[in-house]
Amino acid sequence: MSPRWVPSKRVSGEDTGGGGGGGGRPLTRRRVLARHPLARFLLRRTATAVLLAVGVTLVTFVLTNLVPGDPAAAGLGQRAIGDPAIVAQFRHHYGLDKPLPIQYVTYLGNLLHGDLGESQQSHQPVLDDLSTAVPATLELAGAAIVVSLVVGVAFGVVAALRRDRLTDQLLRVVSLLGVSVPTFWLALLAFYVFFYRLGWAPGSGRLDPGMTAPPHVTGLYTVDAALAGQWPVFWSAVGHLALPALVLTAYTVGLLTRFTRSAVLEVLNQDYVRAARAKGLPGRAVLFQYVLRAALVPVVTVAGLAFGALLSGTVLVESIFAWPGLGAYAYRSATTLDLPAVMGVGLVVGLVYLTVNLAVDVLYGVIDPRVRVQ
Amino acid sequence: MTTATVLEISGLTLDLGGRRILGGVDLAVRPGQVHGLAGESGSGKTMTGLAALGLLPPGARTGGRIELEGTDLLTLPPRQLAALRGRSVSMVFQDPSTSLHPMLSIGHQLTDHLRHHLKLDRKTAKERAAALLTQVRIPNPREALVRYPHQFSGGMRQRIAIAIALACEPKVLIADEPTTALDVTVQAGVLRLLRGLCDDLGLAVLLVTHDLGVMSAIADQVSVMRHGLVVETGPRGRVLTDPQHEYTRTLLDSLPGRSTV
Repeated sequence: MSPRWVPSKRVSGEDTGGGGGGGGRPLTRRRVLARHPLARFLLRRTATAVLLAVGVTLVTFVLTNLVPGDPAAAGLGQRAIGDPAIVAQFRHHYGLDKPLPIQYVTYLGNLLHGDLGESQQSHQPVLDDLSTAVPATLELAGAAIVVSLVVGVAFGVVAALRRDRLTDQLLRVVSLLGVSVPTFWLALLAFYVFFYRLGWAPGSGRLDPGMTAPPHVTGLYTVDAALAGQWPVFWSAVGHLALPALVLTAYTVGLLTRFTRSAVLEVLNQDYVRAARAKGLPGRAVLFQYVLRAALVPVVTVAGLAFGALLSGTVLVESIFAWPGLGAYAYRSATTLDLPAVMGVGLVVGLVYLTVNLAVDVLYGVIDPRVRVQ
Repeated sequence: MTTATVLEISGLTLDLGGRRILGGVDLAVRPGQVHGLAGESGSGKTMTGLAALGLLPPGARTGGRIELEGTDLLTLPPRQLAALRGRSVSMVFQDPSTSLHPMLSIGHQLTDHLRHHLKLDRKTAKERAAALLTQVRIPNPREALVRYPHQFSGGMRQRIAIAIALACEPKVLIADEPTTALDVTVQAGVLRLLRGLCDDLGLAVLLVTHDLGVMSAIADQVSVMRHGLVVETGPRGRVLTDPQHEYTRTLLDSLPGRSTV
């Protein structure tokens, strides 16, 4: 899972490039970019991401239309289905009677205006539904990935440094459990133990009953409550967030521990680490500057994938904890064949993946100078 | 050879995983001299070099003495050994494409130990780094500092590695096959550089190599190792033209176009 190394340009012989000169040519945009490999790299990656986003819309559209199920049948009541006139009117209202390519173009045009259609279940614009569901899920998945990164990388480094000793063995068991325990089962168990039995965790939802949501700024209740200085709301939001987020962490911590451990072990064997020790650098400097820097490349890759896995994991966890997020919304829309909503969810998930991949690519460029050079 | 030895290895033994790697190595390296250590793969040359830096693989058991100006490195506490490493004894590794960190700039790798050992501030360290690059004949040293290893050719990378090793003005430089990974055309330049630094700075160089051609080009003294023992030591001229030990003769005979019989 190595990044795509771009063949690097070498400075050969006695020529180190000269750089600075360049005569009196005007400083065009191209020349500015040529001097900033990182900026050029970012621009290229972002352009690719935009193209991919269009691809995502096409895939969501086609996949949704391939679903063997009649939205009319799902959207209308038992009796209405028997009436061809009502069915035809339903299909006409939602544009389902037009040819697929036309439907796609209409869909794209509407997307550009921020119109994702109207949910057949909530009878609200899908965009409105998503604007409450997406922040809820981002808060959950974001908290989980941050905790996972900190804990997983720390566990992985410790395991590698204590290779084959007791600590390593224990961490191996922990990470193995983390990746193998099914998330939904862990969610049920955690809910049962910490809420029902011990009463340590608050119940389901994002806030205690009777509490009103903080003023909308980011949609993340913890952040919004802190911004508004509503500390009881903040602590309630944190309390509700903790258990589902920790349940989601189990898998990603396991995954990141295993990858970090093997990445660090591989780097520890590199000549440049031995050379760094030969320079008499303190162990801390060798670890943080020489070892972790190189080990982070594969870890970043896996963290990106793990974030994707988190988003799909939320479908089950959100259902169990009644967390009003994207997963719960996706589940509801899919089971009721609410096509505009399903497409909206598909689009958001696709875009989140794209963003995460873009972020991973950018991080490669930041971590490893060889990736920047074309 | 009247100058005092700076690095004296006596009766060095090394056991690793129940196997005896070194069986009592004796070597004396003097300032301003290149001491060549020859021998086939697995004869213990590299291990001897690593032992002098305390960089042996975990689980290695050593005996004998490695004295740096009278201080025994083998019994030195880890902290004090780390203080000498890169400061008084430094090392150049075989392959500069793996011994330089690919993701850290040349400037970073040239200054971090400078700042650690000599407590220099960022600016002074940077200036010293640029001067070092000039010393190893890297063109445009200031610009080279912000570049990364992959932007240099193999020969230049090894020069940079040598600059890193010399940064804290060590007394002893251990060079482990420093030209083996380089093109033949570049080898001569790097060897000349090592020889020049040795003469100019009064550096004691322990040159580990299996290449007797390299040896004959720059070494003052030559020791030949086999199976973890030094079988022959002497001035280059004598060892290479009038070898006393049969194994040295075999080594020389294996060179193309040369024969002592």
